[in-house]
Amino acid sequence: MLSTRRFILTSTLGAVLDLGLAVAKASAQGTGSTFRLVPSSDLKVLDPVWTTAVVTRNHGYMIYDTLFGTDAAGRIQPQMVDSHTVSSDGKTWTFRLRSGLAFHDGLPVTAEDVLASLARWAKRDPMGQRMYASLDKAEVVSGSSFRFVFREPYGTVLESLGKPSSLVPFVMPKRVADTPADKQIAEHVGSGPYVFKADEFRPGERAVYLKNAKYVPRSEAPSGTTGGKIVKVERVEWVMLKDAQTQVNALVNGEVDMLESVPFEHYNTLKVNNRITTAVAAGGQYLLRFNHLVPPFDDVRVRRAAMLCMDQGALLRTQVGVRELYKICMSVYPCGSPLASKKSVDFTDKPQFAKARDLLKAAGYKGQPVVLLHATDNALVAKLPPLVAQLLRQGGFTVDIKSMDLNSMMARRAKKEPAEQGGWNAFVTYWGAEDALNPINYAPLSGNGEAGWFGWASDERIEQLRAAFARAPYPALRWQLAEEIQVRAYEIGAFAPMGELLRPMAFRKGVVNGLLVGQTNVYWNISKL
Amino acid sequence: MSIGTSASFDNPTAMHTFIARRLISTLPVLIFVAIFVFLILRLTPGDPAALIVGDMGTEADVSRVRQSLGLEGSLPSQFLIWVGELLRGDLGQSYYFKTSVGTLITQRLEPTLSLAALTIVLAVVIAVPLGVLAAARHGGWLDRMLMGFSVLGFSVPVFVIGYALIWLFALKLGWLPVQGYGRLSSGVGPWLSHLVLPALTLSLVYTALIARVTRAAVSEALTEDYIRTARAKGLTERAVLMRHALANAAVPIITVIGIGIALLIGGVVVTETVFAIPGLGQLTVDAVLSRDFPVIQGVILLFSVVYVLINLLIDLSYVLLDPRIRY
Repeated sequence: MLSTRRFILTSTLGAVLDLGLAVAKASAQGTGSTFRLVPSSDLKVLDPVWTTAVVTRNHGYMIYDTLFGTDAAGRIQPQMVDSHTVSSDGKTWTFRLRSGLAFHDGLPVTAEDVLASLARWAKRDPMGQRMYASLDKAEVVSGSSFRFVFREPYGTVLESLGKPSSLVPFVMPKRVADTPADKQIAEHVGSGPYVFKADEFRPGERAVYLKNAKYVPRSEAPSGTTGGKIVKVERVEWVMLKDAQTQVNALVNGEVDMLESVPFEHYNTLKVNNRITTAVAAGGQYLLRFNHLVPPFDDVRVRRAAMLCMDQGALLRTQVGVRELYKICMSVYPCGSPLASKKSVDFTDKPQFAKARDLLKAAGYKGQPVVLLHATDNALVAKLPPLVAQLLRQGGFTVDIKSMDLNSMMARRAKKEPAEQGGWNAFVTYWGAEDALNPINYAPLSGNGEAGWFGWASDERIEQLRAAFARAPYPALRWQLAEEIQVRAYEIGAFAPMGELLRPMAFRKGVVNGLLVGQTNVYWNISKL
Repeated sequence: MSIGTSASFDNPTAMHTFIARRLISTLPVLIFVAIFVFLILRLTPGDPAALIVGDMGTEADVSRVRQSLGLEGSLPSQFLIWVGELLRGDLGQSYYFKTSVGTLITQRLEPTLSLAALTIVLAVVIAVPLGVLAAARHGGWLDRMLMGFSVLGFSVPVFVIGYALIWLFALKLGWLPVQGYGRLSSGVGPWLSHLVLPALTLSLVYTALIARVTRAAVSEALTEDYIRTARAKGLTERAVLMRHALANAAVPIITVIGIGIALLIGGVVVTETVFAIPGLGQLTVDAVLSRDFPVIQGVILLFSVVYVLINLLIDLSYVLLDPRIRY
């Protein structure tokens, strides 16, 4: 009797445990219709106009659509727009929307929705601000047509509307877009290929998107943020995993399908894993930003001396390590992008310490400490500041590294006081390639002083060139102006380019197909076996 | 704890008065915690608005966001607003998620409580018998092994144990998932399978702690006169150990278990990170790194209340375990 009881108990317990493990494994690995992705960072803010965070931009691409997009070759292509015309004087631009566009709540997308969305976006985005400042009026022509009338010919309308990165002019319903730009939107309804499942959003844990069955994709092949946004999975889950090792373990074990960003130190391991495919997408640029307001970097000679100390190869080897994931690049625009140029005045990727010391001597630099901010918890750049400090010391600088967390660094870099009063002199940062494609969007190229980006470079000439770039009516002229801006940036020592990294991604081999590798992460066209 | 007063489970009125008094006395503690946390957060370097705006934002953008978050007001006015919300039972809203802190905490409570409960159950079930046996065989091989295990349990970092268990049970054997949490609503199987490895990982240090305390307390009890009397009466060694030694050693063991529970609630950060469990530990770390003040304040207040309640429960358990104790 006792042994029978024990047998029943043991069998039942075993069965329950087996079932539990089976269910857990199945649930962990998901089904073919659910694509699970680990985004590069935690999705916190859901309003793509409220923050420049890349993860929020990517969320935007899931649920919203754009008037234009940028293809894989960097060309602007229509997306929601069916056709557009430009008047012979270059002042009036008229756009007509594609038919069949509808928001997730079933309401049609109208010109009113578009103009309300653009007006909100233009309050925040540098390209939008510049374009709207040149506008005489933006008006609805009909239900699906709208018009921009500029005071003078304006060249970069399509570049502004089709820009691939922060801030992207996503189209929202007017009732949502009427939210003031300094308030977060409360409703997340778009007309894009996926529908956001607000009731399943668990901050810090996961975000869920369902296929928008009513979405009408364009007929062209998908490319970059343009073309046919065809959704081939029913459900996409963004799984927020913070620990790098846990991300890799989850991918190898099949619990997630893709890592949007692979930590450099795990890249080689994943590359040789026969269950994983790695891919490399456009990454971004490292740069050393100077504080132009306070000594010693208020003197252009001192800034140029610091630039001459940089050794791109050494810096990239230290931070990235894997040779195929970085490239030496002396262009301020991403190397290989349409506006990239090799003109770098007298700067090279190799240090020129003797020239740097001569410049410091000429500037009368007396060895006052340069306060270099070091965000130790920002894995993407954390290894660079100590090496930058050493290179600067070799060039004759006295350097004082201040280590802190990223948030403290971001707060401190806003201070304009001299370094000894809690301010700063330089910091290292990273800029996504998609945000450095042109001189209007690329904030470190601004020269509008205290109204500009941290470091507050002030240069009238560079601002004139940027304004001319925005108005330039044809690409050849824009390319020429972009190159002039690059040269000017080197002359004034706006910042020191420190080379480029490429962004490694990894996904399950034979399971995930159709990933669009480009400047921006987009998750349509993906299928899962 | 005072001994000799009349509050006991035989005297419910006095016991109720004692509990009420203890609960009221926690109010100054909570008020102090609230003020302290509020001030320390505001005085810490860092600015949530800067993180929200992102690297590409300008100073004007940061200022705009600060204003919308209500961070531009004076410290006293910010404090009064927060206290006013607290008194209405509102812990405020996360700067990032546009979600109430109460909701965020509620979402994270189940994973953390599940992990803490399973960990403490595992630790107690393993540690108490081990401790008793080690005390009974004082100086023997089991005792020495237990001492060695304790040193190991205290010394090896939790994340090392966690990764080692993941490597073996998830990656090599494929028995258990690497990460994540299965909510109870989706079934006991997924819930348990996601918790086994983190609970095992976390329980190691608590097993070591509880086993050591149990061994010490039972060893001491075994030297008492009543143990000699019990043996003289002819009781079996098992009865002596369980009924007399362990019962009399219960107070320090319960104390360390109670402290363990309190520490667990707030101390699961590393385990939650390694196993990607969306619990209160991760919420706290994320909130601290992003300076999400309302969330940090809410979580710390919650932890304070939990600590106070657990201490109260420990005190009450003394009365149950030791009839000589009166409040």
